[in-house]
Amino acid sequence: MTLIEAIRSALSAITANALRSLLTMLGIVIGVAAVIAMVAIGSGARNLVDQQIRSLGANLAIVTPGNVTQGGARLGAGASSTLTDEDADAIRREVDGVVAAAPFVQGTTQVIAGGNNWGTRIYAIDLDWFAAREWDVATGRSFDPEEVRRGDIVVILGQTVAKNLFGEDDPIDQVVRVRNVPFRVIGVMATKGQSAFGQDQDDVIFVPLDAGRRRVIGRNYAKDRSVGSIFVKFASEDDIEPGIESMTTLLRQRHRVIGDQEDDFSIRNLTEIANTASASANTLSMLLAAVAAVSLLVGGIGIMNIMLVSVTERTREIGLRLAVGARPRDILSQFLIEATTLSTIGGALGVGLGAGAAYLVARIAGWPSLISPNAVVLAVGFSALVGIFFGFYPAQRAAKLDPIEALRRD
Amino acid sequence: MSLIETHDLRRVYELDSGRVVALDHASLSIEKSDFIAVMGPSGSGKSTFMNLIGCLDKPTSGHYRLAGTAVESLDANGLARLRNREIGFVFQQFNLLPRIDALSNVELPMIYAGFDKKTRRDRALHALGRVGLAERAHHRPMQLSGGQQQRVAIARALVNSPSLLLADEPTGALDSRTAIEILALFQELNREGVTIVLVTHDADVGRHARRLIRFKDGKILDDHRQTPLDARDLLSAEVAA
Repeated sequence: MTLIEAIRSALSAITANALRSLLTMLGIVIGVAAVIAMVAIGSGARNLVDQQIRSLGANLAIVTPGNVTQGGARLGAGASSTLTDEDADAIRREVDGVVAAAPFVQGTTQVIAGGNNWGTRIYAIDLDWFAAREWDVATGRSFDPEEVRRGDIVVILGQTVAKNLFGEDDPIDQVVRVRNVPFRVIGVMATKGQSAFGQDQDDVIFVPLDAGRRRVIGRNYAKDRSVGSIFVKFASEDDIEPGIESMTTLLRQRHRVIGDQEDDFSIRNLTEIANTASASANTLSMLLAAVAAVSLLVGGIGIMNIMLVSVTERTREIGLRLAVGARPRDILSQFLIEATTLSTIGGALGVGLGAGAAYLVARIAGWPSLISPNAVVLAVGFSALVGIFFGFYPAQRAAKLDPIEALRRD
Repeated sequence: MSLIETHDLRRVYELDSGRVVALDHASLSIEKSDFIAVMGPSGSGKSTFMNLIGCLDKPTSGHYRLAGTAVESLDANGLARLRNREIGFVFQQFNLLPRIDALSNVELPMIYAGFDKKTRRDRALHALGRVGLAERAHHRPMQLSGGQQQRVAIARALVNSPSLLLADEPTGALDSRTAIEILALFQELNREGVTIVLVTHDADVGRHARRLIRFKDGKILDDHRQTPLDARDLLSAEVAA
């Protein structure tokens, strides 16, 4: 008997008890559906996280001013601006693996162009910003080094701002007023989309660091060369940890923080934050994997149970097959093929169900879901293995039957 | 050389209640193309004898040769092969598989002999023709009468052209007329050269064989040749009446 004939005969045995077979498969169906949904949703989540890391800029750390103690009162982080763009220069110069150190000051402001106005965030930046955030202008041009050095009153608009102020018109070389200072538009940034926290990253304008410090964002930035924060980009992920250590040492020296005094700044590893998100996605995956494993186990036991029933019910058939010349291993393979066919069909149904569930989650959660062909092959293959594993004992019992006893049984 | 030769065949069951000697020192030989009835009350050893010569069981001691093969030295696979090639079984309860049609039932022994699909179809159809059921090939067992089911079972027993047709109470589940028809079929097959061993407790059935072997208490009580009743005569007598 060829394998195809054997499978056809197994199918006829399975369909002879259609409802029972379907109920038996249910465990496998749920298990495989969980695996498929898990992999699809998990890889979708990982994709989302990757996308967010990419949108932020990879291998990034951010240095922010720390808390300051004044006369026993501990003011919150950022209460004073202890960082300067000289700190950024020092980091760029002295810390290994640093690709860019971008000092910046940020604030919110109203931007006016002709009859339109728009409230937005303003970043006063230097040239390293573009490298650190892996973000560039789409139309027009970026700042040139001289403009940054002099603090010229030129501005680069984010897409959202450009659209709200100028609509379809070309904003390049137009003038926008920020706090009554007329800035000339020299470029528009490429679209960046939403941040990990749902913020529209394109709702922003950029001006040279000194132009922003002196003319727009007040506070005490103007009086010295202090900045709000510094983005530090490293060449690779491995550079980040040692880089943060040497930055800490460097900044403590520069700020004359000695002994066991607290740092007056703090450094956060942004990649690590993204990795945390990725880790929680992994936790979710692990949970689903546990559900899948338990479900496949239960499904396998269900198959074993129903195969044992089937062997008992068909004892006479087994006896007859033995009498007409079936060898024990023919009986073994007959029941193994039956169990495996049962579990594989269950697996295929599970793939369909899991794909449907993943698609639904993707639609509802706005979460990209990816159904990988590998996961499908793996899931179906694994359910076939479950069939072989849990079908073996009943099949072996069938194969060990004594033909005389089996023929006599009712 | 005889088709079947047994020498001091002995089968002892070790039960919780003690040893039971089901068959004791049975020695006989059966020639090709003979028609033998094995008779005896239940517990006489005739079933044990049938299981042994049917290669379903192995003797505790003694020797058994079937078509030149020493059966007692075979393992389970060897016994299966011998059953497949040399023996066709016919049972009281027919033992057809209910889910498949008559043709597929007849094909069953050839599946284990490794024939391809086409050969199986052809030979199964031919075997069904021999028992007069060619036009019922695609009926399922449930759609056939008892006598027809037994004919399908006989076709299945014949399909691998075995040396021996072994029938265990083949008329036990049939009404008397159908039983005679089945006996007529056996006699016809026997005239064509098929060796038949028929196990029965019914003396009327036993009278259709050419040789009668009686068992009692695990021993051969009596073994003699007889002039068989011709089942065709009974059938035509019934038609005349």
